[in-house]
Amino acid sequence: MKSLFLRDIKLAFRSGGGFGLTLAFFLIVILFVPLGVGADSAILARIAPGILWIGAILSCLLSLDRIFQLDFEDGTLEALATSPLPLESIAASKAAAHWITTGLPLTLIAPLLAYLLQMPSSGYIWLIASLLIGTPALSFIGTFAAAVTVGVKRGGLLLSLLVLPLYIPTLVFGAQTVIRATVSLDPMPALLLTTGISLFSIALMPFACAMALKVNLK
Amino acid sequence: MSLWEYANPVKFMALSGRVLPVLTILSAMLLVSGLIWGFFFTPHDYKQGATVKIIFLHVPAAMMAINAWVMMLVASLIWLIRRHHVSALAAKAAAPIGITMTLIAIATGAIWGKPTWGTYWEWEPRLTAFVILLVFYLGYIALWEAIEDKDTAADLTSILCMVGSVFAVLSRYAVNFWSQGLHQGASLSLDKEQHVDNAFYFPLLVCIGAFVLLFITLVLLRTRTEIRLRRANALANRGRSHG
Amino acid sequence: MSLSVQNISCHRAGRAIFENLSFDLNKGDCLVLRGPNGSGKTTLLKTLAGILPSATGEIHCDPAQISYAGHLDAIKAQLSVRENLAFWAGVYNARDLDRVMSKFDLATLADRYGQTLSAGQRRRLGLARMILTDCQIWLLDEPTNSLDAEHAAVFAKSITKHCADGGIAVLSSHIDLHIPNTQTLDMADFAPSGTIETDPFLQGSFS
Repeated sequence: MKSLFLRDIKLAFRSGGGFGLTLAFFLIVILFVPLGVGADSAILARIAPGILWIGAILSCLLSLDRIFQLDFEDGTLEALATSPLPLESIAASKAAAHWITTGLPLTLIAPLLAYLLQMPSSGYIWLIASLLIGTPALSFIGTFAAAVTVGVKRGGLLLSLLVLPLYIPTLVFGAQTVIRATVSLDPMPALLLTTGISLFSIALMPFACAMALKVNLK
Repeated sequence: MSLWEYANPVKFMALSGRVLPVLTILSAMLLVSGLIWGFFFTPHDYKQGATVKIIFLHVPAAMMAINAWVMMLVASLIWLIRRHHVSALAAKAAAPIGITMTLIAIATGAIWGKPTWGTYWEWEPRLTAFVILLVFYLGYIALWEAIEDKDTAADLTSILCMVGSVFAVLSRYAVNFWSQGLHQGASLSLDKEQHVDNAFYFPLLVCIGAFVLLFITLVLLRTRTEIRLRRANALANRGRSHG
Repeated sequence: MSLSVQNISCHRAGRAIFENLSFDLNKGDCLVLRGPNGSGKTTLLKTLAGILPSATGEIHCDPAQISYAGHLDAIKAQLSVRENLAFWAGVYNARDLDRVMSKFDLATLADRYGQTLSAGQRRRLGLARMILTDCQIWLLDEPTNSLDAEHAAVFAKSITKHCADGGIAVLSSHIDLHIPNTQTLDMADFAPSGTIETDPFLQGSFS
């Protein structure tokens, strides 16, 4: 499992791995917001928490289809399925590697982008905390959707349609954490709910994912 | 004889063929009588006037929008556990009906909202929850359409329905957390103080019954179509491999 | 260690592929599957590997001892030959990476990236993965495709040695590999009789 995890991370950083793409996309989305809604700093500060969370989710979406697709096409997934590794571990390891290469970098760059959007300073610590805790849910739920659509040719669009509704609770609780912090409400309940969604996804999604993989390998 | 025998396509076709005409007539009668009672023989609301009568479409449609998903979940679980093909096809057949009910609920809600809240649309938890339900339906239907092999499609949509149900419920709580609502309290409740006036209560029950029957009728009808389609495809395949 | 198959049948997309197939393999046995394209060789190997379900019958073996190599070589284009093998060594907790690399003449290719390998070199890498796993039961689907005569012979020797050491091998191959003491299984013997309808939507009649 460690071997698979390290290999996925290595592949993400190699050429064509799409690591830089995710961060560049996040930056572009954030750049688009002032261009689209105007440079009024009061408005930007108000919508910054939501925009950052939406941007993080969209950036995360970008790399979901490569979680299984490439391994499926070159026979690696089939070979892994017959290896001593259970499909559940394969799914969990893939999701963890996806988080290391997307969720974590997105979390680290988010405060900088929050500054560009002039988010109130009371929100920073909660932005980092909510993304750090919430993005694993994005990776684990995303891995499930990737497993469901792995057999579909050009399934990228379908994958987005399947996974975005599943992201709703994470988005709501994650963004609410930051919003409440910036308007001086107690952000703790929202953060705890984000944690709940995250733990729930980490615990159960690998099993759903293994079921879907098993069907798709047939 | 076990109930599961009706999961066999032939047995199912025979039984559903017999009950379908009865169900069609019953649901049509209930629907017509329920709506006529509701629209013409109930008093106007002291505050909302005649507008309130859209409740006889709005509430049953909203209930069936959710119940259709629950039925899909049950049918999906039966397929995953017992591998009855008819069950998988019934889940597939229910989805477009569920999405139609969702759209009716949203549309009637908007029409009702304009005179009472002064707006067709408000980002309010229950309205938002129905839009969320709509996108869950869309994803489910899109997955059925995208997969060539029908048994694989049945497996994957069932798994999606299972996971989707959990996240749909979580989303419902999430939107409650996200904003407080304008909606009136529950229309139906065992606690007499809570629900709508008796003059509305009984015709509403008739309309709900009519929608339930209508839903069952439509699901049976569509399942029969799906079964015929599968058989036609299977025959075409056999013709190809033999010829 | 044995691989025992009793009366298995396999259906795909509502069509029977083979029926009532049985065989018993013990330590040191090598079974070669014969039959034209579409006769179910790949399906049988995938069923033995546990990827496909069998509609009837039973398969008795230790799943942990099965190593399967399909049509595709499971090679990552962006990883070097050594990295590719090291990954599988990690998955299977195998140690003798260098020995396997030298056996298949991969040592000189160690730092080449997957994308620059020829078809034959890819195949060798794929088979090296197989041998690395240290599993007792090898399932190989057309292993000698795109191998030259020299490397096919090296590969045949590996299988001979694997069986001599008490391993079991099941393979499908169009060419004769000259492996001693092989058994042959002709898929034509298990072709479906055509009377049984496997698709539930074709049974009975309704309007």
